[in-house]
Amino acid sequence: MTPAAIRGEVLDILENIAPDEDLDSLQDDVSFREQLEMDSMDFLDIVMELRKRHRIQIPEEDYGQLASMASTVEYLTPLMKDI
Amino acid sequence: MPKDFLKDARERYDVIVIGSGLGGMTAANVLGRAGYSVLLLEQHYKLGGLATWFKRPGGHIFDISLHGFPVGMIKSCRRYWNREIADRIVQLKNIRFDNPMFSLTTTYDRHDFTQLLVQRFGIDPATVQAFFDAARGMNFYDDQQMTVGQLFQRFFPGRDDVIRLLMEPIVYANGSTLEDPAITYGIVFSNFMSKGVYIFEGGTDRLVQLMHDELKSNGVDVRIRCDVEKILIASGQVQGVVVNGRTIHASAVVSNANLRSTIFRMVGEQNLDPAFVDQAREVRLNTSSTQVYMALKPDEHIDESTGDLLFSSTARQFRTDLLLSRDITSRTFSFYYPRMRPHARPRYAIVSSTNARYEDWADLPEEEYEASKRELIETTLDALEQYVPNCRQRIDHVEAATPRTFQHYTQHLAGASFGTKFEGLAVSRALPEQIGGLYHAGSVGIIMSGWLGAINYGVIVANDIDSLLLSQSPSLAAHAAEVS
Repeated sequence: MTPAAIRGEVLDILENIAPDEDLDSLQDDVSFREQLEMDSMDFLDIVMELRKRHRIQIPEEDYGQLASMASTVEYLTPLMKDI
Repeated sequence: MPKDFLKDARERYDVIVIGSGLGGMTAANVLGRAGYSVLLLEQHYKLGGLATWFKRPGGHIFDISLHGFPVGMIKSCRRYWNREIADRIVQLKNIRFDNPMFSLTTTYDRHDFTQLLVQRFGIDPATVQAFFDAARGMNFYDDQQMTVGQLFQRFFPGRDDVIRLLMEPIVYANGSTLEDPAITYGIVFSNFMSKGVYIFEGGTDRLVQLMHDELKSNGVDVRIRCDVEKILIASGQVQGVVVNGRTIHASAVVSNANLRSTIFRMVGEQNLDPAFVDQAREVRLNTSSTQVYMALKPDEHIDESTGDLLFSSTARQFRTDLLLSRDITSRTFSFYYPRMRPHARPRYAIVSSTNARYEDWADLPEEEYEASKRELIETTLDALEQYVPNCRQRIDHVEAATPRTFQHYTQHLAGASFGTKFEGLAVSRALPEQIGGLYHAGSVGIIMSGWLGAINYGVIVANDIDSLLLSQSPSLAAHAAEVS
């Protein structure tokens, strides 16, 4: 997957997790927490959904990489390049 | 011959879940939905653990722990259960306090609290803001030395009335005290207080029924009256369990039983690192409870302005240790109005809850125990009288539960009704490092306590197991290829 495709995939997961949020104005370089009402369970849901959809394993110590869209895409790019 | 509660159970499952509290059921549901074969074992004849209820003649139903949980339950039920369950969660709007320091009713959300603290308690709005921000900003990695009491003294020095307002409901919800680490309060408070208190409309019986239906639709094999005697371990890996005398194998096991029972009864210390055993032995159980259940006669009613939750106390001071005393001065009354169970006969029920020490009740001789229970009932009725006048004449049924009752039904050590103190969380999380494939998901560390904490902990552990089984499956696949 290209970084753009990965971004689209993460956005799709976020739409399921936060159906009431306006994601069109999401700023990639600002943390999700500052823009969306997200708690630690929401981040866990992103991890679980990525594993379910693409069999990607994200260890707990890497959860911090999912802080913003930009850092998430950067972290996932090498993991998803062959998908 | 006795009934075989494991009739037609398989020899092997991907996952066995011991205990059907909300944490166990949720872990089972998430894993079942993900396609794993899951066996859920419950020692009691009902699912739910402490999320439970009982019925009495005359159409009376009593809920043990339904009142009330944070708004986050809606989201968690929608995601990890289903829409039908989530859509029945409604807010309790009359949270009432009545004690020698103050009497007030609040919706118990941040907005209302701020207004009360500023207008009624005369606190500077900037201090209120700073307190809420500090509580909200706390997380697990923070300094764990500061206690809840110190946190309050920092923001509201000498203001026992403010502390009482902010603390009493949390004590009711999770058994915490002023001596617990401040972060337990911060995390629970920011979850609990931002948007009010909620319950499940339909009652605990309906909730557990809907959960049972959902478990079945996700293929979970649910068994009641199945008491796990032992967790089987070989070479540091979990192998399965012995239940009702039968061995059943699994790649992963989740215990939703009390943490100490799991470690010391089901696993056994010979299977664990001595340092871990020492750490586990240091885990303090949280307190137990007493409750008095009162049902009104069918033609009687209570005005809803009486409150949904009423924190009532005659104690002039607020001290969390006083809340545990058998000489009860503080009670939380939960009022259940007919709208709570729209499908059932219209009934009013009141449950009075008090945190209590198991040791105060454990060794009483039978006669004294019965007398203490009667006294508990009588003093509770006395206390209720000012809120429900002539309550003795209007009540159809009354009975009491003590720490011994909780111990009997849940098999929790010391009848613990709020799991363990803070240190239990680290021990619970470290169990899979001791025994591969063995997890604990239960009420621990105050943070993972209560209905929402239990459900979310079940999800966290289900995620760990999904990850484990997925990482194992390539090697299993390779092994299968070799064999063929």
